Amino acid sequence: MKIGVIGCGAVGSLFAAHLAALDDVEVWAYDVWAEHVDAINTNGLRLTGVGEVLSYPRATNDPAELPALDFGVVATKGMYTRPAIEATAHAFADAAVCSVQNGVGNEEVIAEYVPRVIRGTTFPAGKVIAPGVVQWDTAGKTWIGPFEPKPASMSEVRTLADVLTRSGMETEALEDARGAQWTKLIFNAASNALCSLTGLPHGRAALHPDVRWVMDRVIEEGKAVAAALGIEMEKDPATLLQESIEPALDHAPSMLQDVRSRRRTEIDQLNGGIVRFGEEVGVETPLNRTAWALIRGLEASWELEET
Amino acid sequence: MSFRRVVVIGAGAIGSLCAGHLASQAEVWLLVRRSEQADLLNAEGLRITGKSELVAEVRAVTAASDLPDVDLCIVATKANHVDRAVAPMRGHSPTAVFMTIQNGLGTEEVVRRYGTWRIASAVTFMSGTRIDDRHVEYELDTATWMGPYRPSGIDLDTVTAIGDLFEAAGLRAEVLADLRPAQWSKLIFNSAVNGVASLTDLPHVSLFARRDRDTDLGHLVYELMAEGKAVAAAAGIELWEDPWEMNVEAVSRGQTHDDEYAHVPSMLADVRAGRQTEVDFITGALVREADRLGVPVPLNRALWRMVKARDRSYDEEVTT
Repeated sequence: MKIGVIGCGAVGSLFAAHLAALDDVEVWAYDVWAEHVDAINTNGLRLTGVGEVLSYPRATNDPAELPALDFGVVATKGMYTRPAIEATAHAFADAAVCSVQNGVGNEEVIAEYVPRVIRGTTFPAGKVIAPGVVQWDTAGKTWIGPFEPKPASMSEVRTLADVLTRSGMETEALEDARGAQWTKLIFNAASNALCSLTGLPHGRAALHPDVRWVMDRVIEEGKAVAAALGIEMEKDPATLLQESIEPALDHAPSMLQDVRSRRRTEIDQLNGGIVRFGEEVGVETPLNRTAWALIRGLEASWELEET
Repeated sequence: MSFRRVVVIGAGAIGSLCAGHLASQAEVWLLVRRSEQADLLNAEGLRITGKSELVAEVRAVTAASDLPDVDLCIVATKANHVDRAVAPMRGHSPTAVFMTIQNGLGTEEVVRRYGTWRIASAVTFMSGTRIDDRHVEYELDTATWMGPYRPSGIDLDTVTAIGDLFEAAGLRAEVLADLRPAQWSKLIFNSAVNGVASLTDLPHVSLFARRDRDTDLGHLVYELMAEGKAVAAAAGIELWEDPWEMNVEAVSRGQTHDDEYAHVPSMLADVRAGRQTEVDFITGALVREADRLGVPVPLNRALWRMVKARDRSYDEEVTT
């Protein structure tokens, strides 16, 4: 079986490294970062932290090198979904491609370029600490399911879930994976946006009564949109938030890391996604819209200082 | 009536601009917090450059008990310092007129806790930048609007006399029988613009008025101001100027992001410097009025809470 991992940052590397350790899977890792690609090809891809893994995927930053593949796992940041899938689509001409990205809206973009799409949500996280080396911070489950209106078959979804689970990335195949996706989406929209706007780490933001008030409203709006879409939550995001306070007290969510490094954020796929789907089903989302506009404003402030 | 002896409480940019100019018309005292600043002002005088060029002789003290009886007391501290600054004036100069000149709402009530003085309300549109403890650059020589704070028993003539004093000193003043329309226009404007600036780190640039795309910041500013206008309407206040038009006008005066100069709202300056902001007296005051009147203001409430948290985030960064 040939699997291509598109976007080999922290999350992509977790998938690529685990899969490449299996004898019966050929893994191709595509990323635009040349040093990372070279390091993987020279020394292998190493995970350290929650578990120690060293394996040898084939890495490339040249889409033309990719052979015809059976499955794709897309793990870029949301704003790079389109250029990444556009460049690599030829390798997925007869493949099922799964997004394991944050937020919503990525599958819709992928579906414009490939025949069969899988919706995915993943909890494992980490960070790239050097070319070819990824610190694995959090273990966790992955949920995948067919993406309507361009679905992969349930048997394909199960095949991918089985190989991922066998590789050590526990994955559940679901007929409807939207519940898991929206649970994480709403949780992330509350945590990432508010941490980024206040500068507070996750747990401390959720403990601050003023911040929590806004987080709770962001969650309520998200749940109203999900309900109008007919989505049944995997878990209540409010409960998830409450339970995450202690373990993630001083954790800086990815968007806060982006903001601190002045990198473009995934706000369009998070709060922006809730707003867009809310519009489709006629549900008002004023506080998600506010967070969206403020983070976009914050991004604009960096450009201002460069000029 | 005439104001022969004036005290200004607080020697920030606005307090210094008042004191420096009024010194040509009256004996001016300054009540400041730090003795180094008082010593410097007494030794070298108060210097103003920019729209005016002057060095004024002032008498600066750090204790209210060192002040003589005064005819006029201008309270020019930040809104969140008014309580601390006015408390020591209890029992002082009972016949004096006080004038509050803070951003936001509610500082007249704070002054009233400490005496039965007659009180004038003011909002100022002039601005300056503090260069050092005795030097302020005078940037915008726009007017200060003043009116009677009726519950204190002041009459319009008294306020007119303060306006005349300002004009004679070279400052611009506009005296209004009812200041609330102007105060509320500025309140609604400041609540949205200062709050959004504090959270985005953006100076007041043209993005604040842009509403082309869905995510353009102008939509949010507009919605925040719409909430504020609904509160003003419920309070029976007819706004002096439409806050949205004030916003559009402010960012179209060449202060776009293409230009070098863009105004950094005071609240953003406070956030950047790690100082406590005036958000409780601006957005907080608007939300309290909304609650009193039963008008929903979810966006201003969220803004208020997020700016407060941003104040706190500096504590976190220092301690962790």
